[in-house]
Amino acid sequence: MGVRQRIVIAKPGLDGHDRGAKVVARALRDGGHEVIYTGLRRTPSQIVRTIMDEDARFVGLSSLSGAHSHLFPKICELLRDAGLDDVVVFGGGIIPESDRAPLYDAGVRAIFGPGTPSSEILEFVNHASTRDCGVGSKDDWHWGV
Amino acid sequence: MDRRQLARQLSAIENGELQAVDCDGLVIAITGPPGVGKSCLVDGILHRLTPENKVAVLAVDPTSPISGGALLGDRIRLTVLDDKTKAESIYVRSIATRSSSGSIPSIVKGLANHLLANNYDMVLIETVGAGQSEMRCAAIANRIVVVEGPGRGDGIQAEKAGLLELADLIVVNKSDMEGAEKVVNDLTVSLTITDDAPPVIRTSAISGEGLDELSNMIMNLEDRTTSRRARARQQLLMAHENILIQNPAFESILDRMSEEGLVLEEALRQLNE
Repeated sequence: MGVRQRIVIAKPGLDGHDRGAKVVARALRDGGHEVIYTGLRRTPSQIVRTIMDEDARFVGLSSLSGAHSHLFPKICELLRDAGLDDVVVFGGGIIPESDRAPLYDAGVRAIFGPGTPSSEILEFVNHASTRDCGVGSKDDWHWGV
Repeated sequence: MDRRQLARQLSAIENGELQAVDCDGLVIAITGPPGVGKSCLVDGILHRLTPENKVAVLAVDPTSPISGGALLGDRIRLTVLDDKTKAESIYVRSIATRSSSGSIPSIVKGLANHLLANNYDMVLIETVGAGQSEMRCAAIANRIVVVEGPGRGDGIQAEKAGLLELADLIVVNKSDMEGAEKVVNDLTVSLTITDDAPPVIRTSAISGEGLDELSNMIMNLEDRTTSRRARARQQLLMAHENILIQNPAFESILDRMSEEGLVLEEALRQLNE
């Protein structure tokens, strides 16, 4: 088991289904991490404020509405604007393969689709916590390469 | 200090890397059984007391005794954070109980003091859902609000000793639901034979009934002399527990108790060495 991290699990945008977000939150909890769940329909600025106030090192974004290409980069940008360069961003939900490269370019470090074993998400968190891969880092690494 | 710096200092205090600044001020515990409406009442209070007052909320949820992880979900209820005119005067931090026993970890005292020292007018501590004998909050908060609700047992519950005796204010929430009036009556009747009895009010976090009254009262709760000794007792117990938890051998002794059959007497002896 890795070092305990504080992780925000957030639902940006308008979709109203959070079973997946709750399953990921639960898996991270069972992996020994402290998970702060934001609830549904948060705006990017609300999510960034939560990450700041909670002093979280990771944020997991869940989107099923198709708005990920707008919302995820926006959150990355707001995190950098707020000086939260060391926060590691990952995402999940329904994210088509063709949409992923621009998200990695925006600063997202991992995207987990349906069927991902929860152990893989824990491995990602443990690995990412040992390298300088926050949203403001020049490192172009992402999970799965 | 900006919010980010404050947030990082709070983490450092929580991790034992920074000493909290000492500061006196209003620290109010909102406690009561799980699901009785503590988070929703905190939301109602924040809607009414901000932005005129700067209020910090420390929301405590339990750490898993198995994995050491925690799911901290109290923020979900705080609709007040959607209001930009109020959000600036509110600071919310979710806290896991980690290795402490009871409904509030001792470190919360330091976190609350640090927030008061950084210009917050008051700190609301939302405890883990707490039962009848869960009195640890008395060691940390200087005012205690106990939240009760309907459908949680008959009138004899109101007569039992414990947490209710330490309350500075008793709130019967979910007054829109059947049975709330009876709970208010049971509590009121029970308290008529108590010296220095706390007030009992009824609220509904859904309809908003009683929330103005609750918000006004919470600012002006009196320090009840009857609970001073109980507070001191809880402080002493908590300090003693901290010494135990911070013992470097604590975790390894736990391992040996659970895996190698180390007996309790021997474990205690080794901890005291």
